Amino acid sequence: MSETRQGRVVKVAGPVVVAEGMAGARMYDVVRVGKLNLIGEIVELNGDLASIQVYEETVGIGPGEPVVDTEAPLSVELGPGLIESIYDGIQRPLNSLVDFEGEFMGRGSSMPGLNREKKWHFKPTVSEATKVAPGNIIGEVQETTLLTHKIMVPAGVNGTIKQIAEGDYTVDEKIGVVAAEDGSETELKLMQKCPVRSARQVRRRLAPNRVLVTGQRVIDTFFPIARGGTACVPGPFGTGKTVVQHQLAKWVDADIVVYVGCGERGNEMTDVLTEFPELKDPHTGEPLMKRSVLIANTSNMPVAAREASVYTGITIAEYFRDMGYTVALMADSTSRWAEAMREISTRLEEMPAEEGYPAYLAARIASFYERAGRVECLGSPERDGALSIIGAVSPPGGDLSDSVVQATLHVVKVFWSLQGRLAYQRHFPAIDWLTSYSFYKQYLKDCFEDKEQGQQMEAMTVKAMGLLEQEAELLEIVRLVGTEALSPADRLSLETARSIREDFLHQNAFHKVDTYTSIEKQYEMLKNILYFHEQSLSAIEAGVETAEIFKLAVREEIARAKYIPQDDIAKVAEIRNTIDEQMKHLQVPNSV
Amino acid sequence: MLSIKEYQTVTNISGPLMMVEMVDQAKYGHIVDIELGDGSIRRGQILQVENDKVLVQVFEGTRGIDVNKSTVRFLARPLELDVSPDILGRVFSGLGEPKDDGPAIIADKRLDINGSPINPYARDYPNEFIQTGISSIDGLNPLVRGQKLPIFSGAGLPHDQVTAQLARQATVLGKGEEFAVVFAAMGITFEAAQFFINDLQDTGAIERAVMFVNLANDPAIERIATPRFALTAAEYLAFELNMHVLVILNDMTNYCEALREISAARKEVPGRRGYPGYLYTDLATVYERAGRIKGKTGSITMVPVLTMPEDDKTHPVPDLTGYITEGQIILSRSLHRKAVSPPVDVLPSLSRLKDKGIGQGKTREDHADLYNQLYAAYARGKESQELATIMGEAALSEEDKKYMTFANEFEARYVSQDYYENRSIETTLDLGWELLSMFENAELKRIDVELIKKYMPKFRKEKSE
Repeated sequence: MSETRQGRVVKVAGPVVVAEGMAGARMYDVVRVGKLNLIGEIVELNGDLASIQVYEETVGIGPGEPVVDTEAPLSVELGPGLIESIYDGIQRPLNSLVDFEGEFMGRGSSMPGLNREKKWHFKPTVSEATKVAPGNIIGEVQETTLLTHKIMVPAGVNGTIKQIAEGDYTVDEKIGVVAAEDGSETELKLMQKCPVRSARQVRRRLAPNRVLVTGQRVIDTFFPIARGGTACVPGPFGTGKTVVQHQLAKWVDADIVVYVGCGERGNEMTDVLTEFPELKDPHTGEPLMKRSVLIANTSNMPVAAREASVYTGITIAEYFRDMGYTVALMADSTSRWAEAMREISTRLEEMPAEEGYPAYLAARIASFYERAGRVECLGSPERDGALSIIGAVSPPGGDLSDSVVQATLHVVKVFWSLQGRLAYQRHFPAIDWLTSYSFYKQYLKDCFEDKEQGQQMEAMTVKAMGLLEQEAELLEIVRLVGTEALSPADRLSLETARSIREDFLHQNAFHKVDTYTSIEKQYEMLKNILYFHEQSLSAIEAGVETAEIFKLAVREEIARAKYIPQDDIAKVAEIRNTIDEQMKHLQVPNSV
Repeated sequence: MLSIKEYQTVTNISGPLMMVEMVDQAKYGHIVDIELGDGSIRRGQILQVENDKVLVQVFEGTRGIDVNKSTVRFLARPLELDVSPDILGRVFSGLGEPKDDGPAIIADKRLDINGSPINPYARDYPNEFIQTGISSIDGLNPLVRGQKLPIFSGAGLPHDQVTAQLARQATVLGKGEEFAVVFAAMGITFEAAQFFINDLQDTGAIERAVMFVNLANDPAIERIATPRFALTAAEYLAFELNMHVLVILNDMTNYCEALREISAARKEVPGRRGYPGYLYTDLATVYERAGRIKGKTGSITMVPVLTMPEDDKTHPVPDLTGYITEGQIILSRSLHRKAVSPPVDVLPSLSRLKDKGIGQGKTREDHADLYNQLYAAYARGKESQELATIMGEAALSEEDKKYMTFANEFEARYVSQDYYENRSIETTLDLGWELLSMFENAELKRIDVELIKKYMPKFRKEKSE
């Protein structure tokens, strides 16, 4: 071992510290700064001067204090114990820190990301003398009731298993040995370390081909996201970005959820922490916490750690993807991440591009979203994994021409546009049906076991969207000349569009039934609305007054279908019988 | 012990900033005392150190400081506030010095005014309803303990009356716990500050209040520290003396302007409208100090007040505030003109934490459905009002007319109330039902049928008859 490189501080300006005597240090190496041992990362080198972004508050640091190079890039620990954890931006476990230093965050604490004391039961799935390569699954740990944690050979290790044994281990105990061809031996552990700023290796990347069901009607039916797809949710404040993110984290049909609270409110993370252990996964009935990893770097926590938090999150997500799981990562909010980049960039006195953001903003955003995708994982057995990213964007004043929004729209395939106008009417989720889009619509039909049902669903979404578009046009006319000028058929279209909006798109996240709607129920609900529309259209052609149709009691049943529990889904379909029944009794005025 | 070092090596003064050279052992963020030639003393804070050069921001401004005679004393500590239970009932300057005629505070503790972020894991979720007695807040945008809910106002709108009413009336149902009010005035007029102080005096609440006052003619740079002093006092009262603290910060726009002044003086790349790029982060370190902590009884509830230039909600100050706080109460000029008081603009106002703070056992089981319906109906009524201004009332359909009547009634009876009227939550909720009774039950799509049966005045009358 060479002696640790040690420099000294020459300049402190907010989160950026410059140290001299750092010749030989590498870009993005982690350093410990000052007597307080603050954690930082080298972001610029100039002769023997190194600029360091410090992940902690730098008050009290001054010139002359030591800077120690750890000679390793910023890394995360990957292994059993990740699930149910809550970390800060650089993977320090917040729950353990509370016991260690109290309710307020201290400085300079270093605590390993994974618990060193807890023993896990490891069961090998390969025998001795098996040839292994990076990514090969060598065994399993039942981490939670929901998750079997696959133990993989870390990067750079090739050879033959010389020894491996079942038993109870802590994450840094030896579970086996790999002997390479040249005779050198590597110990295997439950844990591996992985640098966060580069993507983990995969064998091959595949195109997404399945919808990730979220239980949110406007998303699944009209703007679905794929397994391995990317989505963004921009919107002004108060339009429910965070609620959309939370709803997805709760109900998404994924094996693992990684939630990154990046520069947002502390109370929102508390909300997740108190809610997730109590909520049950609709697919397995187990508490949602048993499949979740949380990263919380709230807005008042150090800005440099905020910059790192999305990388920490995505590396953990990739690790689970490599086990062959479907993973969803929510980042709330990527604007705060971009602002952290801007702040560091300003302190480094870099030449700014738009709105003071660094010129590499778009490239960083694109390469972050590019880490999503469906992949063929490295190693054997052969397996596919998928990682979806859903990023919230908080543009200033809700202005979509903001640099972060534009850079994000450039790369993502799904756009859920949140509108203040809808939020003021308390239409939630406030996703605007006319401006949002999804490139994964064609996979929606495969969500259904019954192929014909899938095709019907596809046709219905087209029909419903047509009505919503028609509504926008008709409302223009109404604004000019009043409802009276509309033909009965147009008036019906207006009413049906209203019904789609209020009875289908509107979804109450805080109602115990309405919060999640299975794809089958979505089908039935939408079918009811359109069925009523068609039947009414025939009635109107037969001469029935529109006012008579609008008075039918069944309309209230259609509206309240969202509150029918999933187990009684047959009742939703039965509403169509009631529609038939009540339509029969409609009178044509002059045929009496 | 660290010795205090003195230097007479000031080399450059520009705007609120001062450069001192040949300094040994200066630390970022620590404070300095600057002794002027005439013996007067000013306070500054270190913004940047580079080798032996130190950049200092001077809180009281640099007027009268010279390069030759000034002595700079490095105090080797960050800005601190002396705290003890005696701070209650006292008035301090924007830099935490006693400003009333009372004695100096004998400190139990000296606390760094920057505080430390609360570990998110240690936070307790705010879910205790605070009754403010104001219908438009209690009924539609309920405030809960530990929340930060700003008031977005404009020049000439009665935000002072609203905050005074809040401070006067806010209580948690059925509990007689210790409370305190911390008031930070930043760049507001003497008149506005005095209005608030008088109001507290009239109700006797002044005994339980701590004030930090930086008036419009006080040094602007001092305002950067003022909310931090206030919040340090609040944290002490809440988390060490177990009180429920209501913090009022008035006016955050002035605070942000002071921040902009420093940023411009440092020649930093400006963000929107000249505000620094780190405005969001800076505001967050103020706002995020509200909250509750697991295992502690006290709490900090924050009501920052800010005036929106030109009533523009997308101006950086309200915009970034809205992204950090848990909702916002917006005051409307058009309602104020219609003599609706308090002129709370219900539709764009929002309380994000309401859902966990209301309902059975907290307020009443019908609360959530009721406000959803009131919102929906009022939003519809507002549309009708607009339609009527374009096409005339005669052109409205019967339904539109009904909604318009509702909107008018709603503004006149529900939103509007006297500044001294303290409505109980039951009164507020029942008033909502009464207003909704003009609709058919089938139209009330957002309310559970059972709740309509139980609470609708039409049904209730039948029951009692």
